[in-house]
Amino acid sequence: MQEGAPDPGLYDYDPYSDRKKIVWPEGKTCAVWVAPNLEYYEIDPPLNPQRKPWGRPHPDVVGYSYRDHSNRVSHWRMADVMDRHGFPGSVSLSVALCDHHPEVVADGVARGWEFFSHGIYNTRYSYGMSEEQERAIIEDSLETVEKATGQRIRGWLAPALTHTPRTLDLIAEYGLDYTCDLYHDDQVQQVKTKTGNLASIPYSLEVNDHYGFNVYGMAGREYADSLIKQFERLASEGDQSGTVMCIPLHAYLIGQPHRIGPFEEALRHIAADPRCWKARAGEIIDSWRAQQ
Amino acid sequence: MSLPDEYTQYPRRGEGYDHDFYTWSNIHTRPPVRWPGDRSVAVFLTINLEYFPITPTDQPFRAPGHMVTPYPDYRHYTVRDYGNRVAVFRILEALDKAGVTASFAINAAVAERYGALIDAVKAGGHEIVAHSTDMNGTIASSMSEEDERALIADAQARLEAATGTKARGWHSIARSQSWRTLDLLKEHGLTWCADWVNDELPYRFANGMIAMPSSVDLSDQQIVAVQQHSAEAWAQMMRDAFDWLADEAAAQSSARVLPIQLTPYIMGQPFRIAALEDLLDDLAGREEAWFASGSAIASAWEEQQA
Repeated sequence: MQEGAPDPGLYDYDPYSDRKKIVWPEGKTCAVWVAPNLEYYEIDPPLNPQRKPWGRPHPDVVGYSYRDHSNRVSHWRMADVMDRHGFPGSVSLSVALCDHHPEVVADGVARGWEFFSHGIYNTRYSYGMSEEQERAIIEDSLETVEKATGQRIRGWLAPALTHTPRTLDLIAEYGLDYTCDLYHDDQVQQVKTKTGNLASIPYSLEVNDHYGFNVYGMAGREYADSLIKQFERLASEGDQSGTVMCIPLHAYLIGQPHRIGPFEEALRHIAADPRCWKARAGEIIDSWRAQQ
Repeated sequence: MSLPDEYTQYPRRGEGYDHDFYTWSNIHTRPPVRWPGDRSVAVFLTINLEYFPITPTDQPFRAPGHMVTPYPDYRHYTVRDYGNRVAVFRILEALDKAGVTASFAINAAVAERYGALIDAVKAGGHEIVAHSTDMNGTIASSMSEEDERALIADAQARLEAATGTKARGWHSIARSQSWRTLDLLKEHGLTWCADWVNDELPYRFANGMIAMPSSVDLSDQQIVAVQQHSAEAWAQMMRDAFDWLADEAAAQSSARVLPIQLTPYIMGQPFRIAALEDLLDDLAGREEAWFASGSAIASAWEEQQA
């Protein structure tokens, strides 16, 4: 990026109308990828001067145990629902989860999920990291995930969405293919970096379950309905040029007993639509690159 | 200036948690649990009876739901008192009509001030659970150990004196605990608390206390007051939750707990109470449902542990 410039210069302006036609495999019009966040939040992490890890004094019993629900209860509930409707996961992974709860990571591996890095912990923020520190978390991610899953990570979602001006250049330099940190488009786009070949894959804040439930305060049925509407519109626009829909999830939110049923109905609806390509993030990037 | 080196060092990175409060386990692979009568979903209804002094304190923090406007805040003081004078009696009647019992998490000050309310709770066969002294009795790690011990002892002793019952269970205000709360609760003879929201079955803390399931997302405070859904929408969510848990319990041949937390001044309003009555009727008619107090659930669970 161009540090200090009003426009960080991450990509060229490319208006949505009249773009080159992208066609997904078998003529599908909307690539749908489901992105469960498998996370570990520390109960008492060191402080970053730019962001507090917890809303309340430590131990923040509610904040911590709310998220711990994923790793004890709701991960399997969410994953089973995804399996039943044929959606593999592309996981934004707190890499230290491989050490804390290897059973959760192994479950994702067994289901054929793809893993990318979401930092070491969701309680360690990149703000203020030196280049050396930032390189260390990228190298740690590459090594730890490969050891735990056999996969070389291809993507990055910054821990707790915290960045430095050099993050995108560094992940491109390490050979990563995609970033999930830019929300400027409904199609894959090239990102300008110093070296490497980095793409921005559409992720989503607006249909992220965290926004749905914690920001907009939706009921589970409203959230499920918004997913269906999002898909219907993107699948229809995909006739012109293939679109991408991401469904970012947190098991402790979507896997609550009052929300998971309506969510399953939304997945059932989307899965049954012949325009839907159920894909992993890496497959979407590969198909897009092959069409450039 | 960059971050200190310790920011990218992780002394507690290793198998298990980064604390010693309890150990990890996967609910879906634990030995199965069954409730009495082979019911599969324990409905753990908690009704909060709270006294908000019109003179709030901010140490260690101001309780959620506490006074908002400059002193004297008649608006918030009286509407919360409405809960204890009027609304809770609607809820008690709804429980009675549905033939179910619940746990009442009670500030010691409520027990001392409103004897008739306590009599009604006891007459309905409901459980009395300790819930601090009054809504100024919040807990956080900034308190001294001595002050926290005194607060818990005071809440427990005053509740017992006013109700004639020694509570086994504890709810912290806003579910907020310090690093030492669990040990202090145990020291005062409490056997379970419902502050941690990470599970749907009871589990054991390392110090022997039992964690009872609790859920922020399933409280009327969160759904109605914070997220501003109607009582009918709230009831729909409870039905969705019950249905899912009953199906999951059947598929896994094990049991679940559905925690539902009610606030009288919210759910006992005339325009909302019918949604609660209808829900209780529905759930009480479900063959999977076991309406039980926290202590009954904790005991049933404990008996099945090896």
